[in-house]
Amino acid sequence: MKYDYETPRKWKYHNILAWTAFLTVSAALYLIFMWVPNEKIQGPVSKIIYFHVSSAWLAFFAFFVVMVCSIAYLKTKDLKWDIISHVSAEVGVLFTTIVLVTGPIWGRASWNAWWTWDHRLTTTLILWFIYVAYLMIRSAFNEEEKKARFSAIFGIIGFIDVPIVWMSIRWWRTIHPNIVSSGGFAMDPSMVQTLLASLAAFTVLYFYLLEKGIFVQRIRSQVELLKQRITEENS
Amino acid sequence: MNTLNGIRAIIWKDLASEFRTKELLSSMLIFAVLTIIVFVFAFDPTKDIVRQVFPGMVWVCFLFAGILGLNRSFVSEKTNDCITGLILCPVDRSVIYFGKMTANLIYISIVEIVTLPLFAVLFNYRIPLKAVLPLVLVIFLGSLGFIAVGTFLSALSANARSSEILLPVILFPIMVPVILGAVQASAAVLAMAPAAEWISWIKILAAFDAIFLAIPLVLFEYILEV
Repeated sequence: MKYDYETPRKWKYHNILAWTAFLTVSAALYLIFMWVPNEKIQGPVSKIIYFHVSSAWLAFFAFFVVMVCSIAYLKTKDLKWDIISHVSAEVGVLFTTIVLVTGPIWGRASWNAWWTWDHRLTTTLILWFIYVAYLMIRSAFNEEEKKARFSAIFGIIGFIDVPIVWMSIRWWRTIHPNIVSSGGFAMDPSMVQTLLASLAAFTVLYFYLLEKGIFVQRIRSQVELLKQRITEENS
Repeated sequence: MNTLNGIRAIIWKDLASEFRTKELLSSMLIFAVLTIIVFVFAFDPTKDIVRQVFPGMVWVCFLFAGILGLNRSFVSEKTNDCITGLILCPVDRSVIYFGKMTANLIYISIVEIVTLPLFAVLFNYRIPLKAVLPLVLVIFLGSLGFIAVGTFLSALSANARSSEILLPVILFPIMVPVILGAVQASAAVLAMAPAAEWISWIKILAAFDAIFLAIPLVLFEYILEV
């Protein structure tokens, strides 16, 4: 391990990142709850879109980062890439869960159905399963090197699989009658602006969580190292 | 030629050790038949609804039986550290993958050849004679996709502490397109639907097969790294 016995320090710009995340998220919350008018037909429940869409964007972005860092790990064998893809996958699964929870709440209000087997919903669900599988692979191996290598391989094929899943589910749904047509959501300029603001806020939030997660992982491996050292000295 | 010889040697080795012990095929076959029995109890075979869910049942049976075989595929090589011997062979690592994959494909095909007629008999389901050829094509492409990803992930999970639990959990989400395509195409073929209805599923199955046969060429060597 490269991290010696000194305590990992926080990233230089940690405080700046934390404050930017706090301010942008606060600004987005203000825009969502105070500034933007309700959608005419759906009423207050339409505000869920700002969280739902932003979480979906964040999750997809996080999984993209997982793939890029997985490739980088296999190429360089540097464990720092593995730490990034691990943390990014965790953040991605968390936000996919948020998408899967907010979606039915919104769907119930606007389509009168909790769930439809529409291609977007189904693909998101499968996406959740793929990255839960990624995290399960990580917990199934003890050795750092194997854990990093096998999860990197899965991180790559998981991401390649997503477009194929999307395509196949879309074909499946076009053959069957579509009960609920999703989308068709004409947006007012103020709504678009709010949506963009919350997308930006969630993006900053992602980087904040990523940085925090990497820090926690580094402390964790530090603890492991110290534990090893203690057992070595005692024996 | 070296590549082809290597693949042939690995297939031969797998089949020879299998036909001496018969532990894998016998348990796959018994399990597949047991799955049919479970379906008979779960869905009354005299009801008409069975005709609609027949393709789905057949594929669930194939996949569950196939998982049994895939689980053993690389775990069996860990006894006496045979896997190191395979890695030391003077061939490209992907040769090991393609050899193993073909052997697994042969096992699952044997299971399919035995269980499909049994399904038809026990559920009193008449498979139209004209549908046989397209059905064979669909089953082949579906099984190929399933085995292609399955063999790859089985090599990955074989190193884990509890590989038998890990493999199904990581395999099924990845092969959603295969399950969907195979079941839809089989249903359309068995219902004697016009070719236009199932040809697009054949295409997606073929595309999936091609992609997941190409990925191991690049990534399989990372799995077998020492």
